[in-house]
Amino acid sequence: MTTRAISVPRPEAGPGHGPRGGGFGSLLRAEWIKFRSVRGWVIGMLLAAVLTIFLGVFAAANANIRCHINGGPLKSGKACLPYIPRGPGGEIVTDSFSFVRQPLTGNGTITVRVTSLTGEHANLSSGPVRAGNGSMVPGLAEWAKAGIIMKQSTHQGSAYAAMMVTDSHGVRMQHNFTGDTAGMPGAVSAAHPRWLRLARSGDTITGYESADGTHWIQVGTVRLTGLPSTVQVGMFATSPGYTVTQNSFGGTSNSGGPAQATGVFDHVSLAGGAPGSTWTGTAIGGGGPAGGGPGPGGSGSVQFTRNAGRYMLTGSGDIAPVTPGPNSPFPMVTIGQSLVGAFLGLIAIVVVAAMFFSTEYRRGLIRTTLAAAPRRGAVLAAKAVVIGAVAFVTGLVAAVVSIGVGVPKEENSGQVLLTAPLLTEARVIVGTAAMLAVAAVFAVALGAILRRSAAAITIAVVAVVMPFLLTALNVVPAGVGDWLLRLTPAAALAIEQSIPRYSQVTTAISPVQGYYPLSPYAGFAVLCLWAVAALALALVMLRRRDA
Amino acid sequence: MSTAVQAQPASAMATATARGASLRPALHAEWTKLRTVSGPAWLLLGLAALTIAVSTAAVGATHCPRNLTCPVDTTKLSLTGIQLGQAVVAILAAATVSNEYSSGMMRVTLAAMPRRQAVLAAKAILLAALVLVAGAVAVSGSVLAGHLILPGHGFTAARGFHPVWLSYGPTLRAASGSVLYLALIALLSLGVAVIVRDSAVSIGVVLALLYVFPIVLSFIGNEHWQRRLERWTPTVAGLTVQDTTGLRSLAITPWAGLGVLAIWAAAAMLAGGLVFRYRDA
Repeated sequence: MTTRAISVPRPEAGPGHGPRGGGFGSLLRAEWIKFRSVRGWVIGMLLAAVLTIFLGVFAAANANIRCHINGGPLKSGKACLPYIPRGPGGEIVTDSFSFVRQPLTGNGTITVRVTSLTGEHANLSSGPVRAGNGSMVPGLAEWAKAGIIMKQSTHQGSAYAAMMVTDSHGVRMQHNFTGDTAGMPGAVSAAHPRWLRLARSGDTITGYESADGTHWIQVGTVRLTGLPSTVQVGMFATSPGYTVTQNSFGGTSNSGGPAQATGVFDHVSLAGGAPGSTWTGTAIGGGGPAGGGPGPGGSGSVQFTRNAGRYMLTGSGDIAPVTPGPNSPFPMVTIGQSLVGAFLGLIAIVVVAAMFFSTEYRRGLIRTTLAAAPRRGAVLAAKAVVIGAVAFVTGLVAAVVSIGVGVPKEENSGQVLLTAPLLTEARVIVGTAAMLAVAAVFAVALGAILRRSAAAITIAVVAVVMPFLLTALNVVPAGVGDWLLRLTPAAALAIEQSIPRYSQVTTAISPVQGYYPLSPYAGFAVLCLWAVAALALALVMLRRRDA
Repeated sequence: MSTAVQAQPASAMATATARGASLRPALHAEWTKLRTVSGPAWLLLGLAALTIAVSTAAVGATHCPRNLTCPVDTTKLSLTGIQLGQAVVAILAAATVSNEYSSGMMRVTLAAMPRRQAVLAAKAILLAALVLVAGAVAVSGSVLAGHLILPGHGFTAARGFHPVWLSYGPTLRAASGSVLYLALIALLSLGVAVIVRDSAVSIGVVLALLYVFPIVLSFIGNEHWQRRLERWTPTVAGLTVQDTTGLRSLAITPWAGLGVLAIWAAAAMLAGGLVFRYRDA
């Protein structure tokens, strides 16, 4: 009899299924009552929301933009913004390049041979420079490009399709700013020229490439809906600014300066062009040689040389979506940047969540809890659900208010909001709340494993917040920071990335710019894995240990 | 009879003797408490080891390529580890107070030594002294790492970089300032811990205080607010004591920056002292 009695206290063997057999529902209710009856925890959660909102709105409200336009009176805020072109897809774009063009009505084909792509950029090893003062050195920016283009009009942001050679990314076919298809790799030179061809048939434009002018390979086909019957067609050259990223502990420095690219074309032929048309040089969006050209927004003429069927054209600018970074043409924000306060809220939530379990050990309440509900897994689950739900609601409210109040303030102060589709905005907001919820579950599990609040909080804060901090503050070099944001629970912050990464634009991966090394859902999944692992370990420990 | 009176514990004599005399038994008691648990020793060891490790990794990963100018403050780079070491100091300081509260030891302490200011002063003195010693070890190791490694990575005297060594005035100021910085962080978190009492909450508050302002700073575009934050926040202003280059562009001079942190620490200790004096344990 006694041996039977001794074997009973193991919780799994116990006959009870929670209080009065009420099951998981009453367990949830019990945990919820525990949570809301501790004033400090409720205050902690409120504090998490308030801190998140305060920091987001504070960071938004203090942007301070002043300018003199053409030596005029001092202006501030929105009055300082230049004309901002938008692409056919609605995204904000850069559309500045040197264009040697003529009109093409109806179907037609342009073919050229590119024999050289050279350029020069600011000499970054000798301090700050301005274009045109002789301190440019030969060299190309990563995405310097020259090639042929068919464009709806000379307006910035109008639809286009282009075939081009680049410095280090081979031949590319690009269209409407976001589309990018790779062709043959390798750099262009007189010994290894590249033949490029664009053929229009109705709304469809097909790009071809060739190494010798006889064997042609199709690179891609794009459909530009609503293309007018007359389009502008010709050669172009342009180069985004030159940037050097220097990585070291204690500082990742991005330095940048102007750059320009020069393309040399021959064997130019245009089938279907109006007879008697001549080539006109146009600087789209002031995209002439760096340091020259007309003011921003308008288009002026650009010089090009023509010598026995050989054309040489120099340009500066880019034909690509605008992304945040050192080279961005105007101050810009993403909706994710209004959520900068979320990590401060995260600290508060992690503290409350870790205590939600570990305090039971300090006060001995855990023995009462387990006596009432002997199924330890269910207790852990109930705590995780309750704290997760509370953190989710807190985060949702904080994120909605931060963005709802912060974003209009940012726009009023003269910053340009890089808009995201509605679904992306929803993902950022709900994702932030979900990230806080899963981080809270992670902290609860740590509290159960370690049974001591101080240790649980330190580990949770170091694991979740510290990697973000070290990366955002450039305390560690970018390469190390990338891995920290891939492997640690902080990877989940990627859920706040609202702007896509474009392969055809050089961007630095930096949380401050709103870029994370992992895709949003992959980053979130990393945190989920950490939480699941911590829960599993907590379950094993809870079952094995006496309370 | 007279011998019996003299045999009484010194704390009972405190009221009769001079004020300074009551500090010695309090120091002795606090030293015994710290010495006889393993936690503080490990944390102090961790402070030195972690700081030196991070500093060494930082200088080891930094190179100055031949064709580029490197805007690197070699002294500040060599002291990178302080960024993480300060977290260990915060944990140590919080633990010395909150562990007494969570275990109920505080009631015994105050029963034995009813003069609460003396208890808090003893804790502060002992903690600051221990952190100064461990911090000196940590900073010396970090400076040594910078001194040995950096010249081999392109940061030579020929290219205008001062050797990271204590004979160079600014480096000496940065090194000694960093040790003081750690001690002031210890006092700041001790004050917070006395107010908050709970170890978890006080560690959360101090870690937020240490790391939030630098992050906020990197997201703020407004120059006025940037200047203000650089001048008045504990970590950003305090760590200017490590700067040896570009002093003109700093928002606050190095020693004044450390002074700002000292104001924060003094305010935290003062508030902690008042709360400690008038609140039931």
